[in-house]
Amino acid sequence: MSESKQPSYLEYQGKYKGLFGWIFSVDHKRIGLLYMYSIMTFFIVGATLGLLMKLELIAPGKTIMDAQTYNGLFTLHGITMIFLIVIPGIPAILGNFFLPIMIGAKDVAFPRLNLLSWWIYIIGAVIALSSQFMGSGPPDTGWTFYAPYSFKTTTNMLPAVLGAFTLGFSSILTGLNFIVTMHRMRAPGMNWMKMPLFPWTLYGTAWIQLLATPIVGITLLMVVAERTLHVGFFDPALGGDPVLYQHLFWIYSHPAVYVMILPAMGVISEILPTFARKTIFGYKAIVASTLAIAFVGYFVWGHHMFTAGMSGTAQFAFSFLTFLVAIPSAIKVFNWISTLYKGSIHLAVPFYWAASFIFVFMIGGLSGLVLGALSTNVHVHDTAFVVAHFHFIVFGGVGFAFMAGIHYWFPKIYGRMYDESWALTGWVVFFLGFLALYSPMFYLGMKGMPRRYFDYLPEYHGPNIFSSLGAVVMIFGLALIIINLIRSARKGEKATANPWNGTTLEWTIESPPILENFEEIPTVTEPPYHYK
Amino acid sequence: MEQTSTHTEHRDDTASKIGMWLFIFTELLLFGGLFIVYSVYRFKNPVAFHLAAEELSKLIGTINTVILLISSMTVAMSISAIQLADRKKAILLLSGTITLALVFLVNKYFEWHGKFEHGLYPGSQELFDLGQGDILFFGLYFTMTGLHALHIIVGIIVLTVMLVKVIKKNIQSDNYAQLENAGLYWHLVDLIWIFLFPLFYLIS
Repeated sequence: MSESKQPSYLEYQGKYKGLFGWIFSVDHKRIGLLYMYSIMTFFIVGATLGLLMKLELIAPGKTIMDAQTYNGLFTLHGITMIFLIVIPGIPAILGNFFLPIMIGAKDVAFPRLNLLSWWIYIIGAVIALSSQFMGSGPPDTGWTFYAPYSFKTTTNMLPAVLGAFTLGFSSILTGLNFIVTMHRMRAPGMNWMKMPLFPWTLYGTAWIQLLATPIVGITLLMVVAERTLHVGFFDPALGGDPVLYQHLFWIYSHPAVYVMILPAMGVISEILPTFARKTIFGYKAIVASTLAIAFVGYFVWGHHMFTAGMSGTAQFAFSFLTFLVAIPSAIKVFNWISTLYKGSIHLAVPFYWAASFIFVFMIGGLSGLVLGALSTNVHVHDTAFVVAHFHFIVFGGVGFAFMAGIHYWFPKIYGRMYDESWALTGWVVFFLGFLALYSPMFYLGMKGMPRRYFDYLPEYHGPNIFSSLGAVVMIFGLALIIINLIRSARKGEKATANPWNGTTLEWTIESPPILENFEEIPTVTEPPYHYK
Repeated sequence: MEQTSTHTEHRDDTASKIGMWLFIFTELLLFGGLFIVYSVYRFKNPVAFHLAAEELSKLIGTINTVILLISSMTVAMSISAIQLADRKKAILLLSGTITLALVFLVNKYFEWHGKFEHGLYPGSQELFDLGQGDILFFGLYFTMTGLHALHIIVGIIVLTVMLVKVIKKNIQSDNYAQLENAGLYWHLVDLIWIFLFPLFYLIS
């Protein structure tokens, strides 16, 4: 590592010092970390809410809270986890930090817009969370704000809906920024087919953010207009159609699932070649399947509504498309496994996370097919099975990939190594807790336990105890991981520029990077993951 | 802001233009959601939508359409004027665009005011008595023209900023990407009206 003439982005002093040097910074790396600190704070809140729900469900009947509190809790848990954490999640944190570096740029195309996105995110979060403390009690509709209940309930809906609307702006602007960045700022020689896969998945994601988010934006505005001005949109009394609300909501919110999972797939596609010391298997197939998921993902929203009232033809079409969208995801899994085949695998914490990602992603994905098939869907609709499925995908998929990514890039971000044994213990505990928490829900759902109730029949007691204990174990593992990362960021061993022997551009610069990332913009001649 | 001093100052007009086009896509989809709702409810209530449309003044609608079309032309001409370094002409044309936009809003105000006087507004008893098709029609009418009017107001603000920049010579014949983007936005606002006008005033 050459002796640095310039200070790193962490030490660099601009016009503002201290905290202001962060919250008014237009440096994409600092903005990435701003997102990480805010998202992690909300995540701890959301996870605590989840734990409280699991404690309520440890026994039938009222355990620690009443029904209305539970309704408020699962609504807030959903809003926080979906809108504040998982949707911005990987793109805003790891994408902001690494996209410009991985394509050999000094920053994103519009740095100030990038900072504005973070501010809008914070404002949206404050608006959404203010629903808890003002007016007539926390919202109780669930994070989907289904009509007509969302404008009939007396609880404090408006801030929650407006908060989600505001957060959409932040998401759109980040997507816009990333697309322009990739079109205009790739380093000389890096044509599209030499671009690493994490940027590629961010590219697909950005288009979804851009083209799907406005639909939910206008839908939420319609709910606001209906609630405040009594404009007829979805209220049957005014001629409106509540099912139309569900259509409009899922036209965005299903593609949003791919906003969550595509970048996660990108992170995994970065980590596996590095730790297998082998080029990725089927680079072009992964690129093509990324774009295919982004495209087909638009046309499957109806599978959330199989029991809501829709024609047999529509059900058939949506079911077929749902099976279709599973194919590109499966292609990716085959590519990842093939990458490992005959590789010289280096076992380290990011690799453990990535491998367990594939495991939970497969369970989540295959259980999705159960829900995509019409007959089984009717049986398990709105049961704990659905909850298990989307936690395996959204938390298992996105969460595990984020953990993989943060451990993988930790040395680059902070210039220090995390403590290996703590990180490994954290992974083991978290992984076991995760499986214990969500696996029983598949069984409970198949047996008919509905979701979103604070109570259940006595015969569901056993698996629920198991699940609640799993939640406690998982939260313990999470605490180990977070404590380790915070401690290591301050006191860990100094990291070298390339501790994992990676081949993408971020490993060619210093850890932590200098303000402008590169002393000199590199010229790219090799494809990514070029192991000899 | 801080740190920009060390970031090499560079201007990428193509990047900002791509960014503007992407933003326009999102605007189209924002209105797209409302257009979907409109088509579904028109399909379900053909007679009521037909009768309700008769309530709207085709004359004011036509005048406003002409006003917006001319304003789109003047903003395009102001860009050409800047490219030819004719600052005075550009200032004149931009001021004309802003004036036309204001006239549009005044017309809109009188139109809305008339509807309110007849009790045709969301939540009114008169509208409720007319039935569900009319409630939906006027709900959509106020929401869609209202959201459009909001875009006109934003457009006026943006164009005023551009006007000041032209006067202060911050926009010149070698640096007019911002003005072009503002023009693109104004054309978008115009384009949406071109769809709203027939949907609400003409189809019957």
